[in-house]
Amino acid sequence: MPLLTIEDVAVELPTPRGNLRAVDRVDLSLEAGRTLGIVGESGCGKTMLSRAVLQLLPKKAKLTGRVMFDGVDLVRLDSERLRQLRGRDLAVVFQDPMTSLNPVLTIGTQLMETIQEHLELDVAAARARSIELLAAVGIPAPEQRLAQYPHQCSGGMRQRIAIAIALSCEPKLLIADEPTTALDVTIQAQILDLLAREQRRRHMAMIIITHDLGVVAGRADEVAVMYAGRVVERAPTPALFKRMHMPYTEALLAAIPKLETAPHTPLPAISGRPPDPTRPLKGCSFAPRCRYAGARCHEAKPELKAAEMPDHLYACFHPIPVTEEVGA
Amino acid sequence: MLNFVVRRLLAILPVLLAVSLLTFLIASLLPGDLAYVILGDQATPENVAALRRDMGLDQPLWWRYLSWLGHVLQGDLGRSFRTGQTVLQAVGERIPVSLQLMLMAEFIGLLIGVPVAIACAARAGGAFDRFMTGSAFAMLSMPSFLMAILLIYLFAVELHWLPATGYVPFTEEPLANLRFFVLPALTLALAEWPGIMRVLRSDMIATLQEDYIALAKAKGLKPSRILFVHALKPSSLTLVTVTGINIGRLLGGTLIVETIFALPGIGRLLVGAIYTRDLVILQGVVLLVACGFVIVNFIVDMLYAVLDPRIRHGHA
Repeated sequence: MPLLTIEDVAVELPTPRGNLRAVDRVDLSLEAGRTLGIVGESGCGKTMLSRAVLQLLPKKAKLTGRVMFDGVDLVRLDSERLRQLRGRDLAVVFQDPMTSLNPVLTIGTQLMETIQEHLELDVAAARARSIELLAAVGIPAPEQRLAQYPHQCSGGMRQRIAIAIALSCEPKLLIADEPTTALDVTIQAQILDLLAREQRRRHMAMIIITHDLGVVAGRADEVAVMYAGRVVERAPTPALFKRMHMPYTEALLAAIPKLETAPHTPLPAISGRPPDPTRPLKGCSFAPRCRYAGARCHEAKPELKAAEMPDHLYACFHPIPVTEEVGA
Repeated sequence: MLNFVVRRLLAILPVLLAVSLLTFLIASLLPGDLAYVILGDQATPENVAALRRDMGLDQPLWWRYLSWLGHVLQGDLGRSFRTGQTVLQAVGERIPVSLQLMLMAEFIGLLIGVPVAIACAARAGGAFDRFMTGSAFAMLSMPSFLMAILLIYLFAVELHWLPATGYVPFTEEPLANLRFFVLPALTLALAEWPGIMRVLRSDMIATLQEDYIALAKAKGLKPSRILFVHALKPSSLTLVTVTGINIGRLLGGTLIVETIFALPGIGRLLVGAIYTRDLVILQGVVLLVACGFVIVNFIVDMLYAVLDPRIRHGHA
């Protein structure tokens, strides 16, 4: 049985312009110890989906579907049991370490409170464990750090601390929501490598949410590409990079700047904007921006289903022809 | 941190100087010659001229200011020409009353305002929040004399639980003293808590939207810990400011409440000085009250640093 199964999950947010369907009937699953990458551009619903798993949606949001985690449905779990689960079995690292740590509490407090909440440890043991964790995520002089405040650390350092907090109770699942987006490029690889290393060491499952296909390329076992609230392509990572079916995935990869391209070459950005999420389209959401789109794409929504390979799903009427293979 | 304290202290020196100048000018520029006030309408021009010379009133304004300031710096704020009491004696007699009233009023105000604000923010837009926000608004718009009369009617006239007016020093009869202070302090507190509640509530609501609160929830912390440890501290900066301003204001005495409840505080000293044109007392009391206000605000600045480490380390 998978550790996490997301079944038919939809999230609706009421806005002055009507209901916004942030997540539109998503199905995903993740085995223990594996990594799932969720990729998509801003506003595609990837963060809302992660918040749905964590049950941290805005109060007004309406969530339907089931989120089965370790045998329980998080959507229907009472708040006290949910609280006991969060931080212990289910941990998260947010995008911006500048805002995700409390500015008025010391790093030690923020680490130890999690440990003491979930594990039966006294102050001394919690402190020792905090030092251990900070050392594990590569913080020099961890003992001194405990008494410091977040603003006394750099961005990369803060994200390492946020990771230490997430790892503090040996979670079964870690959700990393754009963990490197707010960081310097030079730090990004370090943080991703740290996450991968700790994941292997602790045998935890991980969801990496990113807008950058390059981030998941070597690190995720499976990738789900989201667009306009829906999963539009889903496959094991090697299979996906070997052959992309959905034109959106291809466009997403093409939009990553590459080292070998000549200077001053225009970046093949995806033209147009995602559809207004309060006014769903009748056809495929990507059709208005898609260079392969035909008449049928504007009339009906393609289902997410497998074709040749049983584990490679995509939602497209006109998948990219085999000849037009994109290199990873 | 020490650096911060020194910088703040240096910053209040010019403020205190400006306060002393303004206080002096107010008293000096009031219409009516002090010599005539003292000598009354029977005064002869010779008497007036002699008194003016004695009091230095014939000197230029800047000279009078400097010599007054010189005396003030030596701790001599002057002496009432009516009672012969020095300013420090008069204030020293009255300040315990105003101080006690201020402390009790602020304490009751915070005791009501803070928990209500937290409860409202935790369920913003809920029934309790709407009810309390409405009640706060109603109380805020009620003048203190009306509140005082209502409280006297209810607790003194109808229920006979508490005395309506009067005062004994705490050192003589502590219990009776407290009983005398309950109604005036409550009158003030009922006007204080809506302000306290509204600033803390809105800051708290803003804080609860922060990423670090989402992370605190994701860490599985208890809701009480999230509210009191993670949200309350970063939300209390405005609260501390408001409390500081309130304290400064109440330090200067509260004219209406002191009058209604017959409490011999600073407010009544000031009013008396104005009525009897006792300019030395007036000037001295205003200066002391203003200095108290500046000092309270200095303490508020220090509290910011205690609450927010970024201010302490000079980051924000």
